[in-house]
Amino acid sequence: MSFEKFLFYAFSAVLIFAAVMVITRRNPVHSALYLVLAFFASAGVWLLAEAEFLAIVLVLVYVGAVMVLFLFVVMMLDVDQAAMRAGFIKMLPVGILIGLLIAGEIFMVVGPGTFGLDQVAAPERLPADAQNTAVLGSLLYTVYMYPFEVAAVLLLVAIIAAIGLTHRRRGDATKYIDVAKQVSVRKGEDRVKLVDVPSEEKMELK
Amino acid sequence: METILNFWNWLGENFILAQILIKIMAITLPLMGLVAYFTYAERKIIGHMQVRMGPNRVGFFGYPLWGLGQPIADAVKLMFKEIVIPTGANKFLFLLAPMLTLGPALAAWAVFPFDEGLVLADINAGLLYIIALTSVGVYGVIIAGWASNSKYAFLGAMRSAAQIVSYEIAMGFALVGVLVASGSLNLGDIVMAQQGEGGLFSWFWLPLLPLFVIYFISGVAETNRAPFDVAEGESEIVAGFHVEYSGMAFAVFFLGEYANMILISALTALMFLGGWLSPFPASWVDGVWLLGDGFHWLVLKTLIFGFLYLWFRATFPRYRYDQIMRLGWKVFIPITIVWILVVALMVLGDVLWWA
Amino acid sequence: MTFDPMHLIPVAPELFLLTAACAILVIDLFLKDEQREATYILAQIALIGTASLALLVGGGERQVVFSGSVIRDGMTDLLKASICVIAFGAFLYAKEYLKDRNLFKGEFYTLGMFAVIGMLIMVSAGDFLTVYLGLELLSLSLYALVAFDRESGRGSEAAMKYFVLGAIASGMLLYGISMIYGATGSISFAGIAEAIANDAVNNTIMVFGTVFVVIGLAFKFGAVPFHMWAPDVYDGAPTAVTMIIASAPKIAAVAMAIRILGEGLGGINADWQGMLVILAVLSMALGNVVAIAQSNIKRMLAYSTISHVGFIFLGLLAGSQSGYASAMFYAITYALTALGAFGIIILLSRKGFEADRLDDFRGLNQRSPWFAAMMLLLMFSMAGVPPTVGFFAKLFVLEAAIRVDLTWLAIVAVFFSVIGAFYYLRIVKLMYFDKPADSAPLQAGMDTQIALSVNGLAMLALGIYPAGLMAWCVAAVA
Repeated sequence: MSFEKFLFYAFSAVLIFAAVMVITRRNPVHSALYLVLAFFASAGVWLLAEAEFLAIVLVLVYVGAVMVLFLFVVMMLDVDQAAMRAGFIKMLPVGILIGLLIAGEIFMVVGPGTFGLDQVAAPERLPADAQNTAVLGSLLYTVYMYPFEVAAVLLLVAIIAAIGLTHRRRGDATKYIDVAKQVSVRKGEDRVKLVDVPSEEKMELK
Repeated sequence: METILNFWNWLGENFILAQILIKIMAITLPLMGLVAYFTYAERKIIGHMQVRMGPNRVGFFGYPLWGLGQPIADAVKLMFKEIVIPTGANKFLFLLAPMLTLGPALAAWAVFPFDEGLVLADINAGLLYIIALTSVGVYGVIIAGWASNSKYAFLGAMRSAAQIVSYEIAMGFALVGVLVASGSLNLGDIVMAQQGEGGLFSWFWLPLLPLFVIYFISGVAETNRAPFDVAEGESEIVAGFHVEYSGMAFAVFFLGEYANMILISALTALMFLGGWLSPFPASWVDGVWLLGDGFHWLVLKTLIFGFLYLWFRATFPRYRYDQIMRLGWKVFIPITIVWILVVALMVLGDVLWWA
Repeated sequence: MTFDPMHLIPVAPELFLLTAACAILVIDLFLKDEQREATYILAQIALIGTASLALLVGGGERQVVFSGSVIRDGMTDLLKASICVIAFGAFLYAKEYLKDRNLFKGEFYTLGMFAVIGMLIMVSAGDFLTVYLGLELLSLSLYALVAFDRESGRGSEAAMKYFVLGAIASGMLLYGISMIYGATGSISFAGIAEAIANDAVNNTIMVFGTVFVVIGLAFKFGAVPFHMWAPDVYDGAPTAVTMIIASAPKIAAVAMAIRILGEGLGGINADWQGMLVILAVLSMALGNVVAIAQSNIKRMLAYSTISHVGFIFLGLLAGSQSGYASAMFYAITYALTALGAFGIIILLSRKGFEADRLDDFRGLNQRSPWFAAMMLLLMFSMAGVPPTVGFFAKLFVLEAAIRVDLTWLAIVAVFFSVIGAFYYLRIVKLMYFDKPADSAPLQAGMDTQIALSVNGLAMLALGIYPAGLMAWCVAAVA
């Protein structure tokens, strides 16, 4: 077994283990942390597939930003474990059935029968100086420009929706600070107030 | 000399892992020493600014030597202290957290070029790798805060999470500017792109001035240093996320924080101040000892930023939390976006002297 | 690839509406609450402008631009214009409703316009990526609109359900798309069709991929058995939003189905026809039967939509030019009918009163004979009573089904539409033969009254002259 193969199986094993832990842990924070591990493992698999841009961006975006916010929320929430678990046993057979169906179906679709090396040849190795970042970039801004711009609109809508649904003016309850005003304070007049204090008379000790 | 080189090549052919390990040691060990003496420098410099002495007793072999032995003594002290694990804390995560802080701070050095061609892993997507790893560092803080089972620690972790995620965006955008200007994600190429007849005026700090300033300030925020150290906030939440830590676990947090500071300083030097390039135009100093390009320039530039970190800590009062957020989202991010556009136009229009 | 500014012309409607939406978003920030009417007027102008632009840049040869991401042909011209017209009507009816409930905010119109942009993108998408992004743009705007009344717990619940199920549907769709991509190596519909025509695809993957894509489509259409979200969302959302969800998106969904199934997967028509038959029969059966048991008119209309989706599938599954044309005709006229029906509900409701129970329609004839007549026309059209347009819509899809030798399916469809007629006619009975429970006069602005009248009479007019619109639909798919 070549070292690369070993790495592939190692990353895959970690990935599957982490994915199983994500859905079986009782504590949602643990689940989220295992999800982070799963992202790292899949980034490793991606690296092996010579997609270093995707691998690093997965870590950067999902691990570095999305999961941090996710953990932020999960840690703040007091999730009621009992309520979440209610009906678990009752639903389990259905869940297992669907899981098996999907698994069998995935095997049929992406298994060796359809995507094995005898069906689809292994892609050629890229030269060491291949830059898939540059390639992806030029594709995104030429061939896929329209979908790319639509994705930007989608994000704009997400912002509008999030602000529209959550933003409330709180009236006078919160003291908003006008930074412009703070900054434009003038040194002499506004910041320091000089008060003339009359000096005390010298007291005589008795 | 020849024998050593031969042995080195033989090692590379037969035991590549051992060779890599030696390289890693060659980066990490000096770094650890630097971290130790960075703490000493901090105490001395801030002490000087506040007109006090700083540590001046612990020396070597009975000589005080301006307190140079202090970091060693501190390390020994921390090593022998008990690691107290609070009741109800999640033991595994509690002990994992400090390592998660230190790990990325060290791993980022893997792609860092110290001189032309002198780099452990010369990968094409080096800049992305750096951004990704610096963004992962926040996990140590979050997990520490949560696993400690303490309200103060948790508050610190929450503050830190929101702050780091916010400043990461500005930081990332600043680096996008560098990427646009240099046309490469490889850190070595980024430095070489700054080479030019103008000497220090060819470096990116001038055309990317707003990004340069924002990158460094965001770096200060990313490392949770004053004046953005609300995650620790000793006057409000005792010591924030590491309030429950003691002994070596605490020391590792400390190492991580300082290693991160050095990393950010070095990266700023690399990306905006031309890394190992000499500030003098090559035609002036051709062949002059120490004035040409070299590793020492990188060290010098890094130390300048390291000094700035300490200077900030000694002079600025701590930001209030909402002001931190305002600065990040409403000031830095818009400026970086605008400046990326400006840089892109400059590159397109060939306005710049580096192209 | 070099950029050619001429490529922007086919997407001019989207670009115009996007620019207008962004401008209105910013303008709205500077308006005081009393001036909110300006946002409304600007939004309406933008919609009219988009519709006219769609017709203006339309006509002539089919154009494919942006490396195959965008298609502009007869179908896009017709559907884009009709989507804008329907959205215009929805904004118009919604105004009074929103004002009465303190919901008259700029975000309603900006989100609504972004939903329209999403629909326009779906209509003219030339590959899976674009169609998916358009769909998400539409869905995301709708999720936010459903939760638009923040004080309403039911609205938030409905939005949550809609969001979760919509996300699952998107997942299914993407999963199917990934399989089809794996089998054909292309995400553009033209490329997929070519790969199928060259017989260069693995059939197993193709079929599985198609199954997931059809499931995703069925979720978005609200076809049985993927209909669970529809009644709760229709009921929970503010009526003004339900009106938007129930009308225009169906047109976009039909376009999406024609693009994916017809243009992309047309070569394996036999595979997906069977799936659509099942969906169509189940939708017609469940939709029509369960609607009878509803006492809430919004829920009733939700089930009615489900049954109409069954009929639309009838046209789609024929897989022929006439089938697609009839499905398109059905979707457009249905959207117009649903718009009118919800318009009447809004007309009956007032501050603090929703008019969403069937009983609220009692004796409408005595309160306002004119609008009772309009509702009569709308209900007749839904039921498929001649000479309203609903009759011809049903007739065309049935004809398309019979032409591909699915006579039994047509008979089933007729059977269920007879069952369906019951609950539509029950409303007519309530309006004309029962005593009014509520004698408050109807309040509505002149614009709403005129629009509702036009909408109701359109049922009759299109029913008497269906040939014009149908000819347009036929020309569109040709």
